[in-house]
Amino acid sequence: MITEYRLAKSGKLLIEILPDKCDFCGCCVGVCPEDAIELKEAEIFIIGPRCTNCAKCVWSCPIEVIKFNKDGVPVSKGQGL
Amino acid sequence: MINKEYDIVVVGAGPAGSMAARFAAEQGVSVLILEKDRDVGYPVRCGEAVSYAGVAEFIAPDERWINAHIKKFALISPDETEAVIEFDEEGLILERRIFDYELAKTASKAGAEILTRAYVNGLLYDDGKVSGVKFEHRGESKEVKAKIVIAADGVESRVGRWAGLKTHVDFRDMECCVQVTASGVNPDTDTCYFYFGKEYAPSGYLWVFPKGENIANVGLGVGGAIGKKSSALSFLNSFMEKKYPKASVLTSIAGGVPCSPTLDKISGPGIMLVGDAARQVNPLSGGGIASGMIGGKIAGTIAGESIRHKKPDHIFSYDKAWNDRLGKRHEIFNKIKNGIYGFTDEKFNSIAHSFNKVPKEKRALGNLFTTALIHNPSLLIDVAKVFLIK
Ligand SMILES: Cc1cc2nc3c(=O)[nH]c(=O)nc-3n(C[C@H](O)[C@H](O)[C@H](O)COP(=O)(O)OP(=O)(O)OC[C@H]3O[C@@H](n4cnc5c(N)ncnc54)[C@H](O)[C@@H]3O)c2cc1C
Ligand code: SF4
Ligand code: SF4
Repeated sequence: MITEYRLAKSGKLLIEILPDKCDFCGCCVGVCPEDAIELKEAEIFIIGPRCTNCAKCVWSCPIEVIKFNKDGVPVSKGQGL
Repeated sequence: MINKEYDIVVVGAGPAGSMAARFAAEQGVSVLILEKDRDVGYPVRCGEAVSYAGVAEFIAPDERWINAHIKKFALISPDETEAVIEFDEEGLILERRIFDYELAKTASKAGAEILTRAYVNGLLYDDGKVSGVKFEHRGESKEVKAKIVIAADGVESRVGRWAGLKTHVDFRDMECCVQVTASGVNPDTDTCYFYFGKEYAPSGYLWVFPKGENIANVGLGVGGAIGKKSSALSFLNSFMEKKYPKASVLTSIAGGVPCSPTLDKISGPGIMLVGDAARQVNPLSGGGIASGMIGGKIAGTIAGESIRHKKPDHIFSYDKAWNDRLGKRHEIFNKIKNGIYGFTDEKFNSIAHSFNKVPKEKRALGNLFTTALIHNPSLLIDVAKVFLIK
C-alpha cells in the first residue's frame, strides 16, 4: 500500500498535532509565523499549505502535544487542509 | 437575536474585551462581543494574581471572586534561600471563572450584547478598511458588519494578522506555561512564592499562589527556546514530585504568555488590538489581567469617541495613548526581564543571601536590587547590563 502524505508549503508536512492530548491553550498559535494553525474551542489542526515546518510550535507547546515527524505526516492522520 | 450591523464588534470576552466593550457601550454606541467558548471566563488559564489597585480601577473588589489577600512575596533562590518582602500594596488571588464573568456583566450592563460559541474566522473589508467579521455560530457561517473591530482574542490572536498587522510572538519571548490547582499544598495564605533558577524554570519562574487554606495554583513558565530540550510540563512534574508528592490535582492547564514589548502597531483602518492580542502583558511579571483591562479601557473609550464624532482616524491615537500609559514602561520591564533571565543560579543565590542581610524593615521589592548591590558590588555590572544593553 502506498502511503499518501499531507503537504506543507513546500514538500511533505512534518508537523503533527496529537489532538487528543491538546489542551487548546493557543500558545502554538501565538508563535506560528505563518498563521498555519486553526484553533477552535476544542478542535485544532495545522493548515498544511501554509506551514513551513519551522518547528516553533513544537518547541513552544508546554505539554508536548506537537511532534516533529521527519518521515512526514500521513493523510490518514490529522484533519484540515 | 443579534443585528446585522454594530458600531463596534469585539472579538473575545476576556478582561480586555469586556473592558473595551464596556467603555465603548457607556458612550451609547452599539457593541457586540463574540466569544468562541461556551462560557465566558472558562477555562481559566491564569495564576490569578493581580494588584488590588489594578482591579479596583474597574470593579469594586468583591469577596465572591477573591480567594486570597496577599501581603508578602517570597522569592526563592536555587539553593532554597527565601527572601521575603512585605508588600506595601495589597495583592489579590482571584477566582477568575467568576471574575471574568462579572466583568462581562459590566459590559452587558453598559449596553453591550454578548454571543458565546461564536468563533470568528475571518474579516470583512470595505475599500481596504476592516468593516466586520465572519464567524461560525453553532455550525452556521455568519457575518456581522462593524465600523470598528476590536481584537481581544488573547494569546492565540489571529484577527490582527488578518488585518495585516504583524502580531506573532517570537517563540523565545513566549513563556510556555503549565499550572495545576492542587489541594494538599499549604503555603501561607497571605504570601505569593516565586522560585527562580534552572532547576525550577529556566528563562522564567515557578509560582505558588495560595487560593485559600490547603489549596494553591502551582505553575511555571519557561521561555520558548527551552522547549527545544525540555517542556514546561517536565519541569512542573519534577517540582510536584519533589515538593508536593501527596497533592491532589484539581485542575491542570497549559497556556502561553507573550512576554515581549507591545506590538509596534496596535491599530489600523477599522481595527484595534487589546490585551494579550496586542501583547500588552507586563513582560517582566507575565501579568496581563490589569494591563489588558487598561488597554481595553483606552481602546474602548477612543473607539466610542471615534463613532460619536464620526472621525474614523481618531482610533489611530490609541497607539500613543497606550504607550504613554504603559507601553513605554513595558519596554523597560522587558530589558530587565532579559537581564534577569541571563542570571546564573549562583547569581540568584547571592542576591537572596545579600538581601537577607538587610534589616527586615528596610526590605522592599523596589530596593531588592539596590540592596543586593551594596552587599555584592559585582551585581552592578549585571544591573547595568539590564538597563543599558539593547
Ligand atoms: C498559566 C498562566 C498564568 C497566568 N498568570 C497570570 C497572573 O497570575 N496574573 C495576571 O495578571 N496574568 C496572568 N496571566 C496572563 C493573563 O491570563 C492574560 O494576560 C489575560 O487573560 C489576558 O486577557 P485578554 O482579555 O487579553 O485575553 P483572554 O483572557 O485570553 O481572552 C481572550 C478570549 O478570546 C477568545 N477568542 C480567541 N480567539 C477567538 C476567535 N477567533 N473568535 C472568538 N473568540 C475568540 C478566547 O476564547 C478568550 O475567551 C497568566 C497566563 C497564563 C497562561
Ligand atoms: S511548523 Fe512553523 S509554520 Fe508550521 S505550524 Fe508550526 S510554527 Fe507554524
Ligand atoms: S500549544 Fe500544545 S496544548 Fe496548546 S493549543 Fe497548541 S498543541 Fe494544544
